[in-house]
Amino acid sequence: MFGLEVEGAIFVVVFSLLAYAIVKFRQRKGDDDLEPPQIYGSNQMELAWTVLPVLIVVVLFLSTAQVIHRVQDAKRPADAIQVTVVGHQFWWEYRYEQYGFVAANELHVPVSDPQHPTPTYLALLSADVDHSFWVPRLAGKTDLIPNHPNSMWIDPQETGLFLGQCAQYCGTQHAKMLIRVYVQSRPDFDRWVHEQQQPAVADPSVAAGRALFQAKLCFVCHTIRGTLAMGKVGPDLTHLMSRDTIGSGSVPNTPGNLRQWIRNPGTFKPGSLMPPQDLTDQQLDQIAAYLETLR
Amino acid sequence: MASESMPLALHRNPLSVVYEWLATVDHKKIGIMYIVYALLFLVVMGIEAILMRIQLAHANSTFLSPQVFNRLFTLHGTTGIFFVAMPILFGFGNYLVPLMIGARDMAFPRLNAFSFWMTAFGGFLLYGSVFAGGAISQGGSAPDVGWFAYAPLTSPAFSPGHSTDFWTLSLLVAGVGSIGAAVNFVATILSMRCKGMTLGRMPLFSWMNLVMGGLVLVTISPLTAAQIMLMVDRYIGGHFFDTDAGGSVVMWMHFFWIFGHPEVYVLIIPCFGFVSEIIPVFSRKAMFGYPAMVAATVSIGFVSLGVWAHHMFTVGMPSYGNAFFVLTTMVVAVPTGIKIFNWLATMWGGKIRFATPMLFCVAFLFQFLIGGLTGIMLATAPFDWQLGNSYFVVAHFHYIIVGGILFTIFAAFYYWFPKMTGRMLDETLGKWHFWLFVIGFHLTFDFMHIPGLLGMPRRVYTYEAGRGWETWNMISSIGAAVQAVAILIFVYNMIRSYFKGAPAGNDPWDAWTLEWATTSPPPHYNFAMVPAVQSRRPLWDIKHPEDPDWRYE
Repeated sequence: MFGLEVEGAIFVVVFSLLAYAIVKFRQRKGDDDLEPPQIYGSNQMELAWTVLPVLIVVVLFLSTAQVIHRVQDAKRPADAIQVTVVGHQFWWEYRYEQYGFVAANELHVPVSDPQHPTPTYLALLSADVDHSFWVPRLAGKTDLIPNHPNSMWIDPQETGLFLGQCAQYCGTQHAKMLIRVYVQSRPDFDRWVHEQQQPAVADPSVAAGRALFQAKLCFVCHTIRGTLAMGKVGPDLTHLMSRDTIGSGSVPNTPGNLRQWIRNPGTFKPGSLMPPQDLTDQQLDQIAAYLETLR
Repeated sequence: MASESMPLALHRNPLSVVYEWLATVDHKKIGIMYIVYALLFLVVMGIEAILMRIQLAHANSTFLSPQVFNRLFTLHGTTGIFFVAMPILFGFGNYLVPLMIGARDMAFPRLNAFSFWMTAFGGFLLYGSVFAGGAISQGGSAPDVGWFAYAPLTSPAFSPGHSTDFWTLSLLVAGVGSIGAAVNFVATILSMRCKGMTLGRMPLFSWMNLVMGGLVLVTISPLTAAQIMLMVDRYIGGHFFDTDAGGSVVMWMHFFWIFGHPEVYVLIIPCFGFVSEIIPVFSRKAMFGYPAMVAATVSIGFVSLGVWAHHMFTVGMPSYGNAFFVLTTMVVAVPTGIKIFNWLATMWGGKIRFATPMLFCVAFLFQFLIGGLTGIMLATAPFDWQLGNSYFVVAHFHYIIVGGILFTIFAAFYYWFPKMTGRMLDETLGKWHFWLFVIGFHLTFDFMHIPGLLGMPRRVYTYEAGRGWETWNMISSIGAAVQAVAILIFVYNMIRSYFKGAPAGNDPWDAWTLEWATTSPPPHYNFAMVPAVQSRRPLWDIKHPEDPDWRYE
């Protein structure tokens, strides 16, 4: 789009005229006290500087409308990946319906080949208030609005980690509702999908922690597939250890951080909707050990 | 009467002075009360800004909690629009319009006083929330929903307690005051011009207040309606914005922005009026293209009613919906740009005197040009999909509100303070104020565009390190400190000059409109004899009887 060049030209022209005027037409010492010639207007000039902007607007509008159409009304390729994004206060739920699993906070998508595009289409829903999905290096933002499903697509042509965050004020911890998009090669993406599709690892050595997860009511908010935990309020923890971060991207996923998060999420993210947990040190160790097996 | 022009009428009982101001229906006193009220809240919102800028100077700062920060930006925006910008412009309009049109007061003096007190009460109500206590959430009850208070964040589920209600009710009350003021402006300007002053001969400032008044009458109603619906939802079982029950969150956005966009034109149009009075006088030339300026202003008034959904480009409207609002938003840029050309043409061939009012107007031209261009960028919906709701938008609208509106308000202060008080503001202090504020403004808001371009959203109490945002945020914060110093110099200038400034006389600037034909300050009745005019610049005609304007208009 050449809109920036047009605006740049407008700025240069008008600014130069202004700079010239304030230098050339300043009152100088020793000037006579006579008033300068009073010019009340000029029909030709005023017509010209009306018509020219109108033409600029027409051109800019037409080129903008074309881009809008190309983005919003793009034809969806058959090989597109489909993910449903559900915005929560203050985390992201990613439902991979076509693959049969739910993830949270870290979105994995396959890289797209321009010759044979495999963009990812995101259906955008909200579980509570307005949010907005914004990963600047991948696409413009689109809002997640309760009862107003939206759709957007990304077509990343380079692998890597792309950072973003919620872009519509959604409450106390809007600032830490971070987004991490992992664009992977097709084989890596398929491998990740396969891992996510498995039920939770059932390691017998952390049975104490698994039992506590039920007893201490963690299951009310969280899902761990393959167990009785089917809560939908908080993020799915089935493959918690496959993520680099916790707290929706705001805290590195280390054993120490995980333990402290469980004890009191407010130390990292005050205003997070997960309450502090009433646990003894030993119980905390056991639950943390359990969660650390959920690769 | 001697006591009219003496700054401190020491021989009068202080209590009777207080009563006189509390009970006055005189447009000049009411104008001054609006202005002083707004200046107090300008300081308050400046402190809120400084606190936020301290918090944002570093990544992951813990200077402020998220709860406090979120209340600060809500109060900052709400205060700035409703309790600083609108009152200060109503104040200048109230003071100047009757004088400029040769009238003795506004059409409805008691409505005038009522409107001021309603607005004033609204501001106290909003800040009363800070002290009210008793909310279910953590201490303090100031609203924290942002100045546009999107549903459903404002629903009882997500905003328990009464903080949101303070937002709603304070603005509802202030809105009543705004409507009263607008009614008064429209009635006064249409029916109380002096003999010979056709609509085509009244000062441009008066035209601007007429258009502003009409716009206020149209635009406040949707906001009031939305707020009533919100209260119904919150308290008596309504579901206007409750999506679980078939309500619509997007509807709040439409109602709010149908108010919100024309509102910013309500703010800028009187400022165009300041500039249209000051630039001609300091260029020593008549305003270039008066009829086009009027036509442009009226068109801006109308077209601005049709652009509101450019605040909603990311909400998921269909492509043709987005395209429509791109078109209307770009169209409104045309008459706005034309005015810049007219002001430039007024300066062209003149003999420009760079007293402080003119300095602020020249800076306005430069900054309004830039703010307008970033506005056109944002009007381009695909750009807005990236830059909307980011610090690029924050930089854009502060460029217009501070770089445009506030700069012209400063110009108006330096220009009309002599008329209101009988004393000149100090020019040296004025230049210090100007240059420091220019430096501070550009430090803060030029560099603020960059974090927006790099992905920093707005309304965040902190941000991660390593995104490349820290340096720019630090520079913005330093600029805020520089602006604060400039404001202190300005306040000092006003206080000092009120007592010790050089006497101004009737017409210190050698100007041409009727307010300069009476004493400084004017007597209670404005003019001993109601003037009659024959042109747009009645004092020019008197000063140049060999070359009067009415021969050329």
